[in-house]
Amino acid sequence: MRYVDEYRDPQIAHALAGKVAFMATRPWVLMEVCGGQTHTLMRYGIGDLLPKGIELVHGPGCPVCVTPLELIDQAIHIAGLPGVIFTSYGDMLRVPGSHCDLFQARARGADVRVVYSPMDALNIARENPTKKIVFFGVGFETTAPANAMAVWEARRQGLSNFSMLVSHVLVPPAMRLILESPKNRVQGFIGPGHVCTIMGFREYQELAEEFHVPIVVAGFEPVDLLEAISMLVAQLEEGRAEVENQYSRSVEYQGNIAAQRVMRDVFTVADRKWRGIGEIAQSGLVLRKEFAAHNAERVFQLEPLFVEEPKECISALVLQGLKKPVDCPAFGKRCTPMSPLGAPMVSAEGACAAWYQYKRHA
Amino acid sequence: MDPASFVCPTPIGLLDRIVLGHGSGGRLSANLLRDVFLPVFSNPVLDRLDDQAVLDIGGAQLAFTTDSFVVKPLFFPGGDIGSLAVHGTVNDLAMGGATPLYMSAAFIIEEGFPLETLGRVAFSMAEAANAAGVTIVTGDTKVVERGKGDGVFINTTGIGIMRPGVRLSASQARPGDRVLLSGSIGDHGTAIMASREGLEFDTTIVSDSAPLHRLVADMLAASNNSVRCMRDPTRGGLSSSLNEIAEASGVSIEIEEKKIPVHEEVRGACELLGLDPLYVANEGKLVAIVAPECADAVLAAMRRNVRGEEGAMIGTVQRGHAGLVTMRTAFGSSRIVDLLPGDQLPRIC
Repeated sequence: MRYVDEYRDPQIAHALAGKVAFMATRPWVLMEVCGGQTHTLMRYGIGDLLPKGIELVHGPGCPVCVTPLELIDQAIHIAGLPGVIFTSYGDMLRVPGSHCDLFQARARGADVRVVYSPMDALNIARENPTKKIVFFGVGFETTAPANAMAVWEARRQGLSNFSMLVSHVLVPPAMRLILESPKNRVQGFIGPGHVCTIMGFREYQELAEEFHVPIVVAGFEPVDLLEAISMLVAQLEEGRAEVENQYSRSVEYQGNIAAQRVMRDVFTVADRKWRGIGEIAQSGLVLRKEFAAHNAERVFQLEPLFVEEPKECISALVLQGLKKPVDCPAFGKRCTPMSPLGAPMVSAEGACAAWYQYKRHA
Repeated sequence: MDPASFVCPTPIGLLDRIVLGHGSGGRLSANLLRDVFLPVFSNPVLDRLDDQAVLDIGGAQLAFTTDSFVVKPLFFPGGDIGSLAVHGTVNDLAMGGATPLYMSAAFIIEEGFPLETLGRVAFSMAEAANAAGVTIVTGDTKVVERGKGDGVFINTTGIGIMRPGVRLSASQARPGDRVLLSGSIGDHGTAIMASREGLEFDTTIVSDSAPLHRLVADMLAASNNSVRCMRDPTRGGLSSSLNEIAEASGVSIEIEEKKIPVHEEVRGACELLGLDPLYVANEGKLVAIVAPECADAVLAAMRRNVRGEEGAMIGTVQRGHAGLVTMRTAFGSSRIVDLLPGDQLPRIC
């Protein structure tokens, strides 16, 4: 398959891993921020190819995982209301709230539908004028423009029966939280390629300068990740702390201006709670007041909820790279993808779930 | 905290109602069998948990199986619910090494369903049965109120006769055995997904729906009784079949990514949808566990049959880690190929 196989070429991969081994004179701790990258690293066993001293830790970049329990409970509540068609990307349906997930809500009679794009939800709204259609707007900066566009279009087309339950989170504030922690071990970041496709990488230059940490914006294929790792190790060995762009086939410095514009038009930055981590200042997006008519929290007059997370779960430490999933006593025993205790075991892209799926006997 | 007093606030494993994932062929399906059906139905024939029951009736060895078909859309590239209902049951018999002979056909039809469509489905079934050399000898129809069904559901039950001396079972894999696969994986599942409403992309992917009993006959003829077991990797895909065999036999299985045939278009569609072909359904493929000394001969016989032209030896059975399936990746690293909890879900990003 063109444009894919080149980036999965074992010979190139082994050559890059060899280059890392050649360059590294001491151990380094690197973090990939994005869950899609975690998935690739585990699926292809990239860690096995690297010299022992290069430690990869998994960051908080799984939007499914970090969606707070409260919001999932609210989604389940809305989905169960009469006259509601609740639409979502597929992988949100199995994410447990405090008592059940959206699949179970559907089994109890809620009209919950998987869509591949928020625009599909708009079509459902157009075809069902007597129903209230709600879309679960989840994700990082990557999915924000399409979700923003759906809300913008809903207003333009006068689809007053369409609303969005928004749980958007932003990557740079989470990286800042990790870097500011006195226990931080991360010495270099593999930057989130798809987030930067939208946002560009100016924000990451600020982080690199302020914390003197190298960041290499990377793609999602094994060769992408190995190349990014070799670029990071080169920077670290040379004492540099710059932002470099490995994913130049997709990412430009200024990002996608049109996508940023529609995001700005529809969303505004706000504080946001992350499952497994807690509240991070200015780390999320909420709908602007002008779009209140399409804000599901307003439409359904949701009361703020507070739900306690399981105490046994060490996800806050895992998501900040302070612990590995296998360091958790519950891992693979009381906590599995079938019955996750916490955020990173929830989606295939979560750090714990990826370990469980691909490496639990390692 | 004392683990004994720990109450999981997210008891997702303790479902009190059926969810779609229970029908996925993954972990939830297995749990449903274990928790609901086996405790009350348990008997030596059923407990083998093969795709077919093998019965000794008055000295004759018969294979017996049943399957229900709820596919949507009813017509898809490469087949339809009618031909699929024949192939599915024929293949479940064939995987036990039986020659399929007779079938039943039961229809649950929704009020308002067009007669013309039902006629096309029935015609397709008859053609498929003819081509497979099985006779539909009994049947049933039920009509449910509009909204209580989804067009038409079909159940087929099949009877076949066992070949003398042949006994295939998922519990017979032994360390050293080879794993053979009869062709490319993921064609059926991706063809269905690509033709579903709301998923707008054009492909020429065609379902592999086909009867496999003649392929099985060719393989067994060349096998010198060295085939331990066969499975058709339908729902849950290749990974589910291999996990079931590894578990039933108390062995581990290692497969090699490079050797597993996947058509370019299927790979492309799976990339787009965020799916793994290892978990996508097939309806015209089989995986066989064969003793090492005869594996080459069985593979050669497989490849001479039109249904096994793309056949490949994809792995080996190994000692230890009972129930574990691993895959050597193209990179030389190793990863676990687990059962999924439920259906594969398209990912957000």
